[in-house]
Amino acid sequence: MPDKVKVATVWLDGCSGCHMSFLDIDHVLLDIADKIDLVYSPLVDNKDFPDMVDLTLVEGGVSSVDDRAKIIKIRKHTKLLLALGDCAITGNVPAMRNRYPVAAVEERAYIENADVNQRPPSLVVPKLLPKIQPVHTVVPVDIYLPGCPPPGPVIRDALVALLNGQMPDVSPRFG
Amino acid sequence: MHREEFEQIVQAERDKHRAYEHHINVCTALGCVAYGSEKVVDALEAEVKERGLEHKCKITGVGCLGLCGNGPIMKTEPDNQFYQSVKPSDSADIIDHLGKEPVKRIHLPQNSPFFIGQQRVVLSNAGKIDPEEIESALAFGAYRALFQAATEMTPTEVLREVTASGLRGRGGAGYPTGLKWSTVAKMDDTIKYIVCNGDEGDPGAFMDRSIMESDPHRILEGMAIAAYAVGATEGYIYVRAEYGLGIQRLKKAIRQAEKMGFLGNNIFDSPFSFNVQLRLGAGAFVCGEETALIASIEGQRGNPRPRPPYPAMSGLWGHSTLINNVETFANIAPIILNGSEWFAGIGTKKSAGTKVFALSGKVNRVGLIEVPMGITLRQIIEGIGGGIPDGRAFKAVQTGGPSGGCIPQEHLDTPVDYESLRELGSIMGSGGMVIMDDTSSMVSVARYFMEFCMDESCGKCIPCRVGTAQMHELLTRFVDKEATEADLELLEELCDMVSQTSLCGLGQSAPNPVMSTLRYFRDEYLQCIAPAQEPA
Amino acid sequence: MMPVKTFKIDGQDVSGREDETILEIARENDIFLPTLCNIAGLKPVGACRLCMVEVAGSNKLLPACATRVQEGMEVTTNSERLQKYRRMILEMLFVEGNHICSVCVANGHCELQWLAEKLGVDHTRLNYMFPAKEVDVSHYRYAIDHNRCILCTRCVRVCAEIEGAHTWDVSGRGIEAKVVTDLNTPWALSETCTECGKCVQVCPTGALFKKSRAVGEMVKDGQFLPYLKTMREVDNA
Repeated sequence: MPDKVKVATVWLDGCSGCHMSFLDIDHVLLDIADKIDLVYSPLVDNKDFPDMVDLTLVEGGVSSVDDRAKIIKIRKHTKLLLALGDCAITGNVPAMRNRYPVAAVEERAYIENADVNQRPPSLVVPKLLPKIQPVHTVVPVDIYLPGCPPPGPVIRDALVALLNGQMPDVSPRFG
Repeated sequence: MHREEFEQIVQAERDKHRAYEHHINVCTALGCVAYGSEKVVDALEAEVKERGLEHKCKITGVGCLGLCGNGPIMKTEPDNQFYQSVKPSDSADIIDHLGKEPVKRIHLPQNSPFFIGQQRVVLSNAGKIDPEEIESALAFGAYRALFQAATEMTPTEVLREVTASGLRGRGGAGYPTGLKWSTVAKMDDTIKYIVCNGDEGDPGAFMDRSIMESDPHRILEGMAIAAYAVGATEGYIYVRAEYGLGIQRLKKAIRQAEKMGFLGNNIFDSPFSFNVQLRLGAGAFVCGEETALIASIEGQRGNPRPRPPYPAMSGLWGHSTLINNVETFANIAPIILNGSEWFAGIGTKKSAGTKVFALSGKVNRVGLIEVPMGITLRQIIEGIGGGIPDGRAFKAVQTGGPSGGCIPQEHLDTPVDYESLRELGSIMGSGGMVIMDDTSSMVSVARYFMEFCMDESCGKCIPCRVGTAQMHELLTRFVDKEATEADLELLEELCDMVSQTSLCGLGQSAPNPVMSTLRYFRDEYLQCIAPAQEPA
Repeated sequence: MMPVKTFKIDGQDVSGREDETILEIARENDIFLPTLCNIAGLKPVGACRLCMVEVAGSNKLLPACATRVQEGMEVTTNSERLQKYRRMILEMLFVEGNHICSVCVANGHCELQWLAEKLGVDHTRLNYMFPAKEVDVSHYRYAIDHNRCILCTRCVRVCAEIEGAHTWDVSGRGIEAKVVTDLNTPWALSETCTECGKCVQVCPTGALFKKSRAVGEMVKDGQFLPYLKTMREVDNA
C-alpha cells in the first residue's frame, strides 16, 4: 500500500463554514480516511506545520500579520495549495472592512460594540493588515474552489479527483 | 453678392492695408497674451500716437506667429523682421528702427533655424490678419475659395478637388477627407450637418486653439465649402469651453461672416445656404470622439456609441453628418484656391500637405510649427526646436497624446507621416509633440497618460472603465518600485485586452503609451520590479 | 419587404433579416453568447463587450448585440482569445465593485454570478479595488446597492424607453460613474419615478431589489419586456 497523502487544512480570516462544509462530505470522509493523513488542521491537535504536505486547503483571506506569516510558511511546505471558499479567493464578507481604516474597524469592534474592557487589543490578537487580501495575492494558489461555503459535494469531487492524481474539474460559483 | 461686389470689397480692404507704410503685427493668441502682449500693443499704439504716426504705422493684434515659448512675438512689415520677448518698454526702439536695421537685443532673425523647414498652409494667414476683423481677413484672401466653390464649381467638382488633394483627417486617425465627404454627399438624406471638432484635449496640444485664435474665418470657410460639397445647410463647431479666446473670436467671426453674407441664406446670391452655431464642451476629453461629440451637441451625456453606423450614415439627430477636425477644415480653402495638384505636391505621397504641431517639453524652442509631411522627427526637434536645453540628452518624443506613443532616439530619422508613426507604435494624432530628456522616467510618463485616460474614461464600457484604473494601479506599483514580474505580465495582458475590446478610440488607444514605452524602454520597467524578498 | 441575409456563425449556416443583429440570430439558433448590458426589448448599447465576436476579414472585434447581419459574413463566437477577454471582463466587474455573493439578495439569481460560473471564472488576478459605494434605501419599496451595480444601464433604458419616465441616468464618469435617480436625489424624493419597478426586474445583479428580500430571495423577471415593447408598437401603429 502506497504512503498516505498528507493533507492539511488552515483557517485564516473566515467563519469556519468552509471547514464545516468539508465535514459535510460525510461518509466520503470515511472512504478517504485510509488514503489521507490529516497532518495539520484546526480539526486536529498538531500545532506545528509539518515539513512537507501534499495538499493544503486554506479557508479565509489574509487579514493579519499572523495570517500572512502563516500562509507564506505553509506555501513553502506544501505541494498543492487549494483556496477553499470565497473568503480565501475574494476576501468576501471579512473584506467589507477594507473600505475603512484599521483604526476605525478596531474602534467599532473593541470600543463601540464592547460592553466591558473597552480597549483595542494590544498583546495576543495579531495586528490587522490595512486590507484583507485574497490568498493568491500573497502566495501562489494552485486550485480554486469558490463558494460560501463550497458545497460538500464539490469539496468531495475535488478531493477524490486529487487523490486520483487529477486536477479537479468542478465549476462551483461564488456565493 | 456678385463677383464685382466681392472683388470691390476685397480691393478696398487691400488698399486700406497698403495705405500704411508700416505694419506691426503683435501676436495676441493665448500664449503671447500670457506673456503680456496686450500691454505691448497698448504701448506701441501710445508711442505711434505720440509721434503722430497713426496714418503711417498700423499696430495689429494678430494670431500665432509660432515661437510661443519666447513670447510676446511680433513682426514688422514690410521689413519682415521678427521680434521676441518684447516688452512695452521696447516700443520706442521698435518704432525708431522701422525700415532700418532691426533692434538687435530682441531681434529674432529670419534665418533662425526655427523657420527653416516650416511651410505655412493652414497658418498662412495666422500672424497676418486681425482675427477679430473680417475686413482684415478679406484683404488676405479669406472667403475667396468659398466664392469660387459656390459660384464657379459644382459640388462634384469640389469633392473631386478635395479627394485628389490627398488630404487626410488631421484629428489623428488620417481617414481620407475626400472619401468622407463623398460618403456624406451620396447619402440620401434631406437634412445633413457639418460638424467641426474643436474639442482639442491632448495634453501639450494647442494647434486647433491657435487656429481658432489666429484665423477663425479659415475654419468657417472650410465648413461652408464642405456644406456646399455635401449638400448640408447646418453646421456646428464644438469647442471646449476652456478655449475662451478662441470661442470669443469664432463668435465674432460667425457674426461678421453672416453680416457679409458669407454665412446664412443664399450665399453669394446662390441657392446655397449654410448656418453655423457654436457648441461648448463641458470638459470631457471623450467628447472629442465623434459619436460622443454628436451626443453632446444633441444635449445628451457625451458617451460614445458603437460604430457602425458611422456619422456619415446616422449622425446628429440621426441625420447624415460630416465631422472633421479644425485643422482639416482649415486646409480646404487653400486646396480650392491653389488646386489639388499643388496640395498633393506638398508632403509625401500618402500623407499630403502640411501638419501643424505644438512643440513642447524639453526643447529649446517651444511653439507652434507647421511643417510639410515627410520631414523627419530629427529635423523638427534638433532643427526647428533647437535641441534639448541645459546640455541634457534627448530621450523620447511623445506624439499623439494619450492615444499615441513615445519614440526613442534610434527612430529620430523617421519621416513624419501617418503610416511611419503608426509603425513605430505611435500615431500622428492631432499634433501634440512633447520632447523628453534623459531626466524623464518613461514609466512615469506612461502612468501620467494612463491617469489621464482613467480620469477621462466615460465609464460606459467595462474594459476602458476598469482596465484603465487597473493599469494605472499597476503602473503606480512600477513607479513606486514595488512591482512584481506577475504585475508586468498582467499589465501586458491588460494592454492587449483593453485595446482589443474597448468601445471607442479612447479605450482602444489608452494602452498605447504603455505599449510603446514597453517596446522601447522595457529596461526601465524591469528596473522597477522589486527583488523578491522574504517577508518577515 | 426586408431583405434576408444568409451567413455563418461558427460554421453553421444561418439567416437573418437585415435589421437583425448577430446576437439575435445566434440566440435564435441556440448559439450561446454571454451578455450583461443587452436585454431583449431594449436598445443595444454595446457597453459590456461580452458578446464581442470575430468576423472573418475584419481585424476588429464586433459587439454582436450592436452589429447587423451581413450577407456572407463568417462569425466566430467562441475562440480562445474571446474566452480570455470575456473572463477578464467578468473579473473586472468583480474587482470594481463589492460583489459579496454570499450576502446578496440575488445570490443564485444573478446574471453576473451565473456567467462567472459558466465561463469558468473561479478567481481574479486583477486587484480588488474595494471602493466605498453607497446604498440608497430611501424608497419605501425599492433599494439600490451601488456596490453591486455593473453599470449595464438596463435600468436607465427600461425607464426611458419603456416606462417613459427617464428617472434613471448615469452621473460621473470612468470608475466614478454611477446610476442616479433624477438629478442625483435620493430615490424616495424622485419626482419622476412612477414606482413601476421595471428597473428592479431588468437589473442583472442584486443592485436593484425589492425591500424585505433576504439573501437569495430576489428573483428577477425581465421576460415581460418584449411583450411590452410589442404592445407599444401596436399602440403606435
